[in-house]
Amino acid sequence: HPFPSVFLRDIRNTVGNIPMEWYQDFPHVGYDLDGRRIFKPLRSKDELDLFLEKMENPEYWSAIPGKPRDRSVPWDGGSAVKSHRGFGDGICGELPAVDFFSHEVRIHPVTNRPADKRSFIPSLVEKEKVSKLVHAIKMGWIQPRKPKENVPTFYDLWAQEDPNSILGRHKMHVPAPKIPLPGHAESYNPPPEFLLSPEELSWEQQEPSERRLNFLPRRFPSLRAVPAYPRFIHERFERCLDLYLCPRQRKMRVNVDPEDLIPKLPKPRDLQPFPTTQALIYRGHSSLVRTLSVSPSGQWLVSGSDDGTLRFWEVISARCLRTVPVGSAVKSVAWNPNPNVCLVAAAIPPWIPLDPFNPACLWDQLPQLLLGIPPFPIPSPFPPQRAPIPFPIPFPIPFPFQPVTQVTWHAKGDYWASVLRNPGGRQVLIHQSSRRWSQDPFRKSPGMIQCVRFHPIRPYFLVASQRSVRIYNLLRQELTKKLQSNCQWISSMAVHPGGDNVICGSYDSKLAWFDLDLSTRPYRLLRHHRRALRAVSFHRRYPLFASASDDGTVIVCHGMVYNDLLQNALLVPLKVLKGHVPTLDLGVLDVAFHPQQPWLFSSGADGTVRLYT
Amino acid sequence: PGGLGYERGAATNYITRNRARKKLQLSLPDFRRLCILKGIYPHEPKHKKKVNKGSTAPRTFYLLKDIKFLLHEPIVNKFREYKVFVRKLRKAYGKSEWGTVERLKDNKPTYKLDHIVKERYPTFIDALRDLDDALSMCFLFSTFPRTGKCHVQTIQLCRRLAVEFQNYVIASRSLRKVFLSIKGIYYQAEVLGQPITWITPYTFSHDHPTDVDYRVMATFTEFYTTLLGFVNFRLYQSLNLLYPPKIDSQAEDELKPAEGKEYAMDSESYLERLSALSASLARAVAPAHEDEVEMDEFPVEGETAELMDAKKKEQEALEKHKKLFEGLRFFLNREVPREPLAFVIRCFGGQVSWDKSLCIGATYDATDPSITHHIIDRPRVDKQVVGRYYLQPQWVFDSVNAKLCLPVADYFPGLLLPPHLSPFVMEKEGDYVPPEKLKLLALQRGENPGAGNEESEEEEEEEEEEEGDNDKEEEEEEDESEKEEEMKLQKMEEQKMGEQKTEEQKSQTNKDKQRLEQEQQSEEKRLAIMMMKKREKYLYKKIMFGKKRKIREANKLAEKRKAHDAALKEQKKKSKKARQV
Repeated sequence: HPFPSVFLRDIRNTVGNIPMEWYQDFPHVGYDLDGRRIFKPLRSKDELDLFLEKMENPEYWSAIPGKPRDRSVPWDGGSAVKSHRGFGDGICGELPAVDFFSHEVRIHPVTNRPADKRSFIPSLVEKEKVSKLVHAIKMGWIQPRKPKENVPTFYDLWAQEDPNSILGRHKMHVPAPKIPLPGHAESYNPPPEFLLSPEELSWEQQEPSERRLNFLPRRFPSLRAVPAYPRFIHERFERCLDLYLCPRQRKMRVNVDPEDLIPKLPKPRDLQPFPTTQALIYRGHSSLVRTLSVSPSGQWLVSGSDDGTLRFWEVISARCLRTVPVGSAVKSVAWNPNPNVCLVAAAIPPWIPLDPFNPACLWDQLPQLLLGIPPFPIPSPFPPQRAPIPFPIPFPIPFPFQPVTQVTWHAKGDYWASVLRNPGGRQVLIHQSSRRWSQDPFRKSPGMIQCVRFHPIRPYFLVASQRSVRIYNLLRQELTKKLQSNCQWISSMAVHPGGDNVICGSYDSKLAWFDLDLSTRPYRLLRHHRRALRAVSFHRRYPLFASASDDGTVIVCHGMVYNDLLQNALLVPLKVLKGHVPTLDLGVLDVAFHPQQPWLFSSGADGTVRLYT
Repeated sequence: PGGLGYERGAATNYITRNRARKKLQLSLPDFRRLCILKGIYPHEPKHKKKVNKGSTAPRTFYLLKDIKFLLHEPIVNKFREYKVFVRKLRKAYGKSEWGTVERLKDNKPTYKLDHIVKERYPTFIDALRDLDDALSMCFLFSTFPRTGKCHVQTIQLCRRLAVEFQNYVIASRSLRKVFLSIKGIYYQAEVLGQPITWITPYTFSHDHPTDVDYRVMATFTEFYTTLLGFVNFRLYQSLNLLYPPKIDSQAEDELKPAEGKEYAMDSESYLERLSALSASLARAVAPAHEDEVEMDEFPVEGETAELMDAKKKEQEALEKHKKLFEGLRFFLNREVPREPLAFVIRCFGGQVSWDKSLCIGATYDATDPSITHHIIDRPRVDKQVVGRYYLQPQWVFDSVNAKLCLPVADYFPGLLLPPHLSPFVMEKEGDYVPPEKLKLLALQRGENPGAGNEESEEEEEEEEEEEGDNDKEEEEEEDESEKEEEMKLQKMEEQKMGEQKTEEQKSQTNKDKQRLEQEQQSEEKRLAIMMMKKREKYLYKKIMFGKKRKIREANKLAEKRKAHDAALKEQKKKSKKARQV
């Protein structure tokens, strides 16, 4: 059997220590011990062969690669020398291995060479180095190595804790708020209602700061389906930023029951009587009813409208007794408060032709009218059964071409005042009807005047300009007080019959109550209405006042004034009266109380006058 | 003099960041680091414009006192030293003076944060109160890969501290709530009466974001690891446990040593075994068999007695909760998250094991017959062993939150799980309460609504179906019978007319009266609201707005749920019908 012999044969090369590339061009690589050629293996070993060999040959790892080209010789410790001899057979002899450098200390030197001189004299270079080091140590530039500290890293830090040892800065210390705890929506398997419906999926379009939840609720069927949360590191980082960058401020959280905030007021039921329900509607005007006034007896009512008529009504029956066409919008009417004299003052723009049947129409260029019933100044008691038959008496005033916006009577009924729209020039005139005489009380214009009133008791004259109310003493002819209303634009004003309190309505929907004894600032600023206030009014006998606004409501309030100076007025809203339909952005335009009864008249932009009882 | 004169009051109490930095002579990163370590934060002044000396430019303000306080901080000097060190090192490198480099590196300046921890938290309770962020951060860092993002030592330290804390929680049985959210797992433990909440991420590799400044996080972690180390030490001491923790010698014998070598290197195997959480810890002083101190009972009266009773009950419930899983033996299948489950189960006294190849520290095999609960997260089980429940992992967490072992029927593998509710939500009156929560509350009270309900529901459904079929016939019949009845009734009514009418009127008037009264009251309220001051009105409106929004949201949720349930029912019906056909 040839194979075992082939494998067992010694195929050591005998060419000696020559470069193997000399055999490159030959089919053989040398000669074996018997002088036969050793042929090159048919092909060189590639990676696969190597791998197979590695796998099959258990001694592969200990094989010496190299010299015997064709076959790796396994190395077994003891045979190393033998194998070495095999290679060098006949080339180099066997030499005893002498271990010169070993752990054994010998008495003789290894070589016989005498020592250099430099080994006996100190080195200059080293000296330099050492001196440098010495200098550096002296200067403290080089520190000796610190011994490793053998203290345990963690120990009982709070062994002697002192709860009172709070440092100074802890007084102002604001601990960081904790991260809010997660709700049901954050669960990996939330109840179905917490998932966002398709309409709510605008979450992705929202700005991250606008989102109510900082994650998208999702549902996973099982725990193994839950992925990593991609923003986990972000969230921790944001928390870090919050902790050291976010300014902190101690804020008191109001933990109040909202019911406690509502002020305790007397019940409206206990403050009766006041108008509560709508009783009558006076229909007839075809346009907005700007103004109304009640006769001092409380029997008649006059209203002026933009349709160019004045209408006289009987209060009880809501019957229109008389319509006086004046041709143009009536801005203001005022019934003479003197019950003995039956007079109505009305403000009518200048271009209106007067009643043609009126013999007194000579002054048809005049802007103002004083309607007398009966002709002024005969003070005759008016027969109540008969309807009044008004006819106009023009009243001469010195400035004919400015429109009059307001007329108001003095309590006695002789003097009356009118407001002209004449910015920059004369704006207020006081007239005396018995003498048919007018005068301008001011030398200088006090700004744009909105409204004027006579004081009911004292000889005072109240002038409301855009932001403030001035009170003039007519006898002494001087300014006594200036009230600062905290409003933008005063629209109307009324004086309490007691004389010590004034209310102002403003276009910025505020009502200011002034106590003249208390301060020049409003005692209360009431923001009851939602839109501009048009008119305010006091009741003559009952502690009531009312305000009319563009939101179509009239609010009746209880305004009790005490004789005791120490007690402030009590203001209680009593009733919101609705009824007028807002038209053209205007609601209720004027409001007036019945002189005796707790009744209220209001006129609105819907062309009606209403009575609330 | 001096223009508007911002020389006293609020303007002098604050300092802008840049001026503070200049005062401390620190670079911005150093200043930032100092602020983080010392816990200094900007303050929002009440009158910003005054403090800003009339300007409205956006600036951050620090309290001047805080900055003065920083002036005396020894760490500031260490920062400067470090700066010098870096400069020297760079120079030595540049000159290739390797000896100097080595020497410098040996003398690298280091600092300790012990005094800062003590200063920021004068008492131990203070430290516990502020532990939430520290724990969350350490747990996050311990999951980081040991590559590049931050020092390996930091990560290892975080891991160690986190494991130590977990072991403490197990030993003290102080875990109270667990919540699987989509962000991670929230845990809440109660340590010395303080609730401590932390979140751990799910164990996946992190996709490191680029817009995060890891230096800031590392500085925070530096402080947090110091804090957590001291806290751990103190906590271990309070339980008489050895610190650094040692595994109980008995338990150590149980763990096979050979296995340990296969699993990890010697240097790491101890921490790994600790982090397996399966072994109890060694105590410094052997515990007496029962540590419970009998509380002396003082005779008390009235309300205090009631309070005491309530407290006692609460205490008992707590004790019961702590022993929730006592006596149960769990086995975790390899696909469930091992660490959180092992942690939770061990916290409540259960025994837990897992596959030997999964992690070190497994105490028994899957074939052990004494296993009572096998936690599995696969759609179906191949070979079921009799005598144990195969459950999805949510059962463990839900049971812990419910404080009782929930009925297992809903949690079998492959079933659609009931919703997992947050244990942190305490519904107040008027809030939306999911029906599952109501069910749970009933269970806790001791009722058993589940089984009855389902049956009745099914019955109802059946009835409804029947009704659907028979509707038409029934209607006709009903019509006839109704007519007859009506005739009879009419006669009766006529007889009784007299009496009834007055009664009706009375009730009518009563109703009217009530309605009127209500209207009046609401009007009075409206009028009173009109008289409120502006500030109070604003507040009132805000409160009412919040309340209304809450109600609206609750209603919306309820509606959604209703719609969902209806849809589900419909589907059920359909499938049932399809099956019948």
